[in-house]
Amino acid sequence: MARLVARRALFAVPVLLLVTFGVFAIAAASPFDPVKAYAGTAGLTASQENLDQLRANLGVDRPLTARWWDWLTSALTGDFGDSSTLRQPVADAIGERIGWSVLLAATAFVVAILLGTALGVLAARRPGGWLDRAVTSLAYTLEAAPPFWLGLLAVWFFALKLGVLPSGGLTDTASSTVTAGQVASHLVLPAGVLAVSQLPWFVLYVRQGVGDALGDDPVRGARARGLAERTVLLGHALRSGMLPVLTLIGSRVPELITGALLVETVFSWPGIAAATVQAATSVDFPLLAALTVLATAAVLLGNLVADLLYGLADPRVGFDG
Amino acid sequence: MRARSIRGAGATATAAAIAVAASACSAPGDGGSDAKDSAVVGIAYEPETLSPLLGYGKDGNSKIFDGLLTHDADMKLKPALAAALPKVADDAKTYTYKLRKGVKFSDGKPFSAKDVVFTYETILDKKTNNASKTELDAVKSVEAKGDDTVVFHLKYPYAPFAERTVLPIAPEHVAGKQDVNTGTFTTKPVGTGPYKLVKWSKGEKLTFKANPDYWGGAPKVKNFTMAIIKDDDIRATRLDAGELDGAILPPNLAKKYKSDSGRNTYAAKTFDYRVVTLPTGNKVAGDTDIRRALDVGVDRKAMVDSILYGEGKEAYGPVPTDSPWFTKGTERTFDAAKAKKILDDAGWKPGKDGIREKDGVQAEFPLWYLSGDKLRQDHALAYASDAKKIGIKVEVQSGTWEVIQPRMPKDAVLAGGGSPADPDFDQYTLLKSSLAGDGFNNMAHYDNPKVDKALEEARKSGDHAKRQAAYDTIQRELVKNPGYTFLTHIDHLYVVDKKFGDLSTQVEPHDHGLASGPWWNVEDWQPKK
Repeated sequence: MARLVARRALFAVPVLLLVTFGVFAIAAASPFDPVKAYAGTAGLTASQENLDQLRANLGVDRPLTARWWDWLTSALTGDFGDSSTLRQPVADAIGERIGWSVLLAATAFVVAILLGTALGVLAARRPGGWLDRAVTSLAYTLEAAPPFWLGLLAVWFFALKLGVLPSGGLTDTASSTVTAGQVASHLVLPAGVLAVSQLPWFVLYVRQGVGDALGDDPVRGARARGLAERTVLLGHALRSGMLPVLTLIGSRVPELITGALLVETVFSWPGIAAATVQAATSVDFPLLAALTVLATAAVLLGNLVADLLYGLADPRVGFDG
Repeated sequence: MRARSIRGAGATATAAAIAVAASACSAPGDGGSDAKDSAVVGIAYEPETLSPLLGYGKDGNSKIFDGLLTHDADMKLKPALAAALPKVADDAKTYTYKLRKGVKFSDGKPFSAKDVVFTYETILDKKTNNASKTELDAVKSVEAKGDDTVVFHLKYPYAPFAERTVLPIAPEHVAGKQDVNTGTFTTKPVGTGPYKLVKWSKGEKLTFKANPDYWGGAPKVKNFTMAIIKDDDIRATRLDAGELDGAILPPNLAKKYKSDSGRNTYAAKTFDYRVVTLPTGNKVAGDTDIRRALDVGVDRKAMVDSILYGEGKEAYGPVPTDSPWFTKGTERTFDAAKAKKILDDAGWKPGKDGIREKDGVQAEFPLWYLSGDKLRQDHALAYASDAKKIGIKVEVQSGTWEVIQPRMPKDAVLAGGGSPADPDFDQYTLLKSSLAGDGFNNMAHYDNPKVDKALEEARKSGDHAKRQAAYDTIQRELVKNPGYTFLTHIDHLYVVDKKFGDLSTQVEPHDHGLASGPWWNVEDWQPKK
């Protein structure tokens, strides 16, 4: 197990290097001009001399490889540079926001896994039954619905029609302090929407896995031995039916990140979403590179966790495989 | 037994329903907006920085800071950190400001002349990444005389300079000790203004608290929050949900609040124009007869009615028709027949498909607009449709500024702008021939010696009558040879809860600053008891 982790960590280094270089290369090739992005509307009345001075100050006229190397070497010493769009150090910019994004994504993920598993097992019990058909068709419908649209729908229904939940922000709009209670009530809608957008995959995988397992010999044997339906379902079928879901957990991470970006916009959630979009369209190299490293690390970590869980759940799968 | 447990369940369910209903009533109200001394408004833009050294609040009215001068409701200059309007000497080349006594920054430290010098010198420093520093181009040096006098020395006589000194003053003892471009001052500012920043939750909101020691008196609205909600529909939704007391809205969404008994709708008059640049470098758009024909051949009234839902007015130049600087008699009424006659007389004859031709040149040119900007798209399409009716083919295309800028010398652009403080601010950069192609200045490469001369006279002269005469000349020249087709001036629309009483708006620039809208003077609001 330790060997698997060590090998993956070693493998992550070249991947991260390649990804950051890719970000710099793509950003440099993009048609966006970082100086215009920095200047914003003020740039529309600025003189060429002023714009040229900005270009030199921001260091964006230097070659791609030099900028990447500078960023890399200072990043290794813990200095991630300054974000040009947010006018503050990258570490501060990310530090202020990432916690809220992680809270949102983690809550949504846990809800999606638990709810998805429950619904999947229920559906698998009676394949073709009314519950199965209802759950499956709901899952297919949700699969096609974009999180942005789900978010607007949720705001309209829960905040406007029912008036039971706040429609956006981290805390009540007029409040200047952040309390756990307020964050919890403000988290319900965004996390709910994000969870629901992730739900279909878990439901469908669990339903398939458990359904298949119910037809397997060990399960049929367990039934034949007269074990309770509950034990058969949860003890035997679910255990082997969950294996594909564990792999799914890792592969859903990228989708979760993009989903979170959209959901944060709809709910004015102060996560890293807005910063990410801004960093990309403004060619804010330091911020963009740091965010990309984070996203890549999250994906790699997601895959590692999935493999570890797989190994734990099914002893037949070795950690060195 | 069985019956009792059912009743019990029923009671529990009822209790739960009541609890839900109760929370339904109170939840949105918890926004705190019920309190009379709190105001929550929804805005569409988030500033990148709150540091005046990087350009925040440069047009005045920043809430956290004060400038030497500020604007009243009619955009007239009045003293703020200065004790009086400046003394101007040496033919508009030296401006002397006496400072108000006893003013303190919100951290308790006194404000003095050295803070003013620090602010201006830092902005002008080459190392400071301030994109608006061109606006202070006239400044040669800033000098402190004692603690309470500041003298600006200018490179050339510049009559509207006092208008530039509304820019906020930063404290040297805080901002001087850190990296001006990325230091903590950019997110945690300290100023002399009526409000102190409590918290800036990026991407969510800015929370302000009244400054009890404000030199202008403590504001009645003690807590002021600006929620950052970029999407127009979501902003309207949160207004409906009771989470906001006010918001800026586009015309189509603001419409429904007109009949709302609990809210007032405000239409702020603006200098915010939409214009088509007609580049001199284009054989067709650069032709004076084509320009004149388009000037009378486009139906501005229809654009105001259909694109702006009536919330705006026709524009004939950068100066709006209701401004005292506007030259009466330069309005161009829509007259397609007259436009066609101009073209006929000039030899632009209808060719195949009704498109006119002259000397083998087809009357057509491309018109670019910023992609994603619905308002500009609508203007561009209306313009093209009107042009087609008089036999000129305008091809509408969209792109980002990166795509558009290199094409500006040859292709037309649907642009926007507008600065109400002084006519010089817009017109000099828009029309001066020597600034053609300098960044986004003079996008149309307009070149008219009479206009050039009038622009110089207007900025040098401190005499109002002389300036008015110069701007009259410019507006008349723009009728004879329009380098731009000005289309509309756009009202900015706001909706605010009636409990704050009847509010006012200032004349607004193109930029939506944080403190535009009815909350431009939130420190003076007198909420109803």
